Amino acid sequence: MNCTEVRALLAVYGDGELDLPRAVALEQHLAGCADCTALLREQNALRSAIRTHAPYHRAPEALRARLHAALPAATDSDAPVAQRARRPRSTATLRRWSGALAAALALAIGINLLYVAQRGDDALADEVVAGHVRSLQAAHLADVPSTDQHTVKPWFAGKLDFSPPVHDLADAGFVLTGGRLDYIDHRNVAALIYRHRQHVINLFVWPAGSDTDRGSSVKAREGYNLLHWTAEGDVWWAVSDLNAEELREFEQRLRQAGATPS
Amino acid sequence: MIDPNTAQRFQAMAAPHLDAAYNLARWLTRNPADADDVVQDAYLRAFRYFDGFRGGDGRAWLLAIVRNTCYSWLRRNRSEQATMEYDDEIASLQSMSDPAELAMHVSDPAQLLLRASNQQQLEAALLQLPTEQREILVLRELEDLSYKEIAGITGLPIGTVMSRLSRARLQLRRCFEAMSTTS
Repeated sequence: MNCTEVRALLAVYGDGELDLPRAVALEQHLAGCADCTALLREQNALRSAIRTHAPYHRAPEALRARLHAALPAATDSDAPVAQRARRPRSTATLRRWSGALAAALALAIGINLLYVAQRGDDALADEVVAGHVRSLQAAHLADVPSTDQHTVKPWFAGKLDFSPPVHDLADAGFVLTGGRLDYIDHRNVAALIYRHRQHVINLFVWPAGSDTDRGSSVKAREGYNLLHWTAEGDVWWAVSDLNAEELREFEQRLRQAGATPS
Repeated sequence: MIDPNTAQRFQAMAAPHLDAAYNLARWLTRNPADADDVVQDAYLRAFRYFDGFRGGDGRAWLLAIVRNTCYSWLRRNRSEQATMEYDDEIASLQSMSDPAELAMHVSDPAQLLLRASNQQQLEAALLQLPTEQREILVLRELEDLSYKEIAGITGLPIGTVMSRLSRARLQLRRCFEAMSTTS
């Protein structure tokens, strides 16, 4: 690629929308061309100036309330979603059943449990998205609005039977804005709220019940991205309308912060 | 009769995107009171069409409705401006059509960035852009949407999204340069 070709594609490249083969060719050119590199740097600086300094107009509370009132009643949207996906629990009653029937039932439940185990993450993902949506919907994002990890962490004491790790990632652009109690997977969990640019991230944390670390997996649901991993004995779910790449960066920062004692 | 479940499903889908809806309407109408009216109108319309929503990206679906509502509103209330339909070809003749030339058109990068980092000057420059260019920049930089998503919301071909975006950026630089020479 020569300078003319590179410059025609520079904006597309900077937007992260250039296909891989051409991106590679373009980067090869950049490595040896100071002029084009300077242009790219300037272009990126302008982009990030817009992203940082252009005002983002949030909907006024009055409009939110007016819409809520104008739309036909949907008042119990705050009801817990936990009644979905109940898992079969009691096997005690089985003993009262006669042999053949009991065997058939046990088989059915066994299959069902297998199914639940496979579907477990999917059902959880639904709950996590529902939790995220509820938090944005009811103007009930944070029970304890604070950017100070030393305020947020103690707030959970006495409300949860575990102490959630709370990290300040403002340096990396992920600003802690508060904490909240939520209910996921039939238990109380900690919800930590972060903001990255205009985007809200809900981070749900609860004890994993084992020390096995699990790598992260990404899911997409209803226009939101979810990232799920297990580390340091805790289950982590991050959900946001942020793109998957930046959500992964968020995860990396959290893992780093977790690895270094604060 | 409206099924309460439908209302609830609509609220659950639409409420989280209210900020995005308002931000877009605010940038397109350039006025808080008008943005209020447009968003309220758009949300009620969206609710009426909700049966036609087949799931998927709720934000894109809503933003498309907000956008259409904005444009009908602009046509109704600002006829003197809107009688001139935005024309990509004319716009490309007015600006330099060659993106390579565009990229080379740098007067003083440091000065430019200084202005772009000043919130008032940046906002003023963005508000000066033609609505159609401002819209693409807002969707791209403030809502962080991909070319494809923007094409879906605006109903434009991806090629047009790209060319409008590059013209919007060029125009923005020119606004900053004009500020530099007058101040």
